[in-house]
Amino acid sequence: MNMLDFEILQNVSYIVASALFIIGIKRLGKESTAVSGNFMSACGMFLAVAVTAVTFVDPMIALIGIVVGALIGSIIALKVKMTSIPEMVALFNGFGGLATYMIAWSEFMNGNLGAAQHVLIMLTIFIGGVTFSGSLIAYGKLAEKISLGKGHVVTNIFVLCLYAALLFLAFSIAIPLLPESMIFSNYFFILLGLTLLAGLGFVLPIGGGDMPVVISLLNSLSGIAAAFAGLLLLNNVLIVAGSLVGASGLILTVIMAKAMNRSLGNILFVGYASASSSSAQAKEQGEVKPITTDDAYLILENASSVLVVPGYGMAVAQAQHVVRELGELLEENGTEVKYGIHPVAGRMPGHMNVLLAEANVSYDLLVEPDDVNPSMDNIDVAIVIGANDVVNPSATEEPGSPIYGMPIVEVHNAKTVFVLKRSMSSGFAGVENPLFFRSNTRMLFGDAKASISALVSEFKD
Amino acid sequence: METLLLLGFILVLSVFLGLELISKVPSTLHTPLMSGANAISGIALVGALVLSTDTQVQSVLAFIAILFASINVFGGYLVTNRMLKMFKKK
Repeated sequence: MNMLDFEILQNVSYIVASALFIIGIKRLGKESTAVSGNFMSACGMFLAVAVTAVTFVDPMIALIGIVVGALIGSIIALKVKMTSIPEMVALFNGFGGLATYMIAWSEFMNGNLGAAQHVLIMLTIFIGGVTFSGSLIAYGKLAEKISLGKGHVVTNIFVLCLYAALLFLAFSIAIPLLPESMIFSNYFFILLGLTLLAGLGFVLPIGGGDMPVVISLLNSLSGIAAAFAGLLLLNNVLIVAGSLVGASGLILTVIMAKAMNRSLGNILFVGYASASSSSAQAKEQGEVKPITTDDAYLILENASSVLVVPGYGMAVAQAQHVVRELGELLEENGTEVKYGIHPVAGRMPGHMNVLLAEANVSYDLLVEPDDVNPSMDNIDVAIVIGANDVVNPSATEEPGSPIYGMPIVEVHNAKTVFVLKRSMSSGFAGVENPLFFRSNTRMLFGDAKASISALVSEFKD
Repeated sequence: METLLLLGFILVLSVFLGLELISKVPSTLHTPLMSGANAISGIALVGALVLSTDTQVQSVLAFIAILFASINVFGGYLVTNRMLKMFKKK
């Protein structure tokens, strides 16, 4: 086959791959078709990569890179615990960003750039680099390896780097228009470095509780970076796949921000900064009423309906399996069991769904806040497992609270609330939770897994 | 330049398509969807595979890009698949 024919074949394959991506994303949005959607998108990827790889000038480099990358990626993907999925996605996403950063760097070294190419290179470097280093920070925050936050002096230094990088990006883009005297030869390497620092300055000030939204946004950015790289390389499949991810990621980000009743701007630039000074803390808190597992068991045994509301604490304690066991025992006992899932409970949207699915909880038992809130007063016992902000009644009752307006699971309206918690500390948002002091609330202190295991063994006896 | 304009046209259409595709997705699927989209952004692998390797530095850049994009692609698809396989109705 001659070169021209092959190029046609390649482009036809790209069209097929693009169609597979589009259908794949569409099917990923429905439970019944999601697995096949992911598979179709993977087929599209295989096709696009295969018809490109054969043209690579140095087949050994391509082969080794792909094989080693495939091995590392597969091992991580198959070994990772389900509770660590959010940070894994962040890490993979960062790697994609790094690849686009390298692509733009390599193109820059080709020299002889037109004006459009010059601009595209600078933009791709910036977006790809910020995606990379920002994702690493998101990974670190989710894995609880990084605790630096807003206001810390180190964070502030990186935030300054972010501003400096933006200015320098503008300068770099304008280079072809500037007089010779203003251009210094190493500007490109300064941009490379500043960009990576900018990613740190972008994500460091954002609180851990907002990381799900940030990962989604970074995911969108990595798509945009790929689309720009596509314009740079004049490669249509990169443009289609990249902008699909960029746009759908942005929509997903907005959906998630809405679930927290906050705007994207508020999450990125404001945060829960005012939380500590809010009026909620000054108020009379009332009394905390602890309960033992024996007493909790007696109440549960007589309950006719139970709502389980899990949060990040369930993930940390790896309690999803004992939770399922408790649910089954309650059902055998004639109790109606439902799981109230807040869309942003945990550190990733749908995080709780994934964990409960892992533990084999049928997903028709999972209900969203809107479905369960109207009938909350019929619930005998609501068991809150390691959730905090998503069940904080301040969100509906205290206009001064930083989380006021956020939709919550209104467990405070249930007849009895059990709160399983390790200590009295506040949630990720740093907001006091008056739920703990309510007259119908009983605190079951200790590790969630141990507490539930104790309940399970009481049921078995 | 003409090619670039045509490709810009494709970009705009794809953006609108992407905005339309994800409108009513149950929150259960948010994580797998994000993870699946993340795998697609590994398409940068195709970009990495057309890079030049004229100089040593460029060879290194191309290799790193291929390596990391491959991790993104394989890891992304597998982890998404693993998650989705767990959503079963009893």
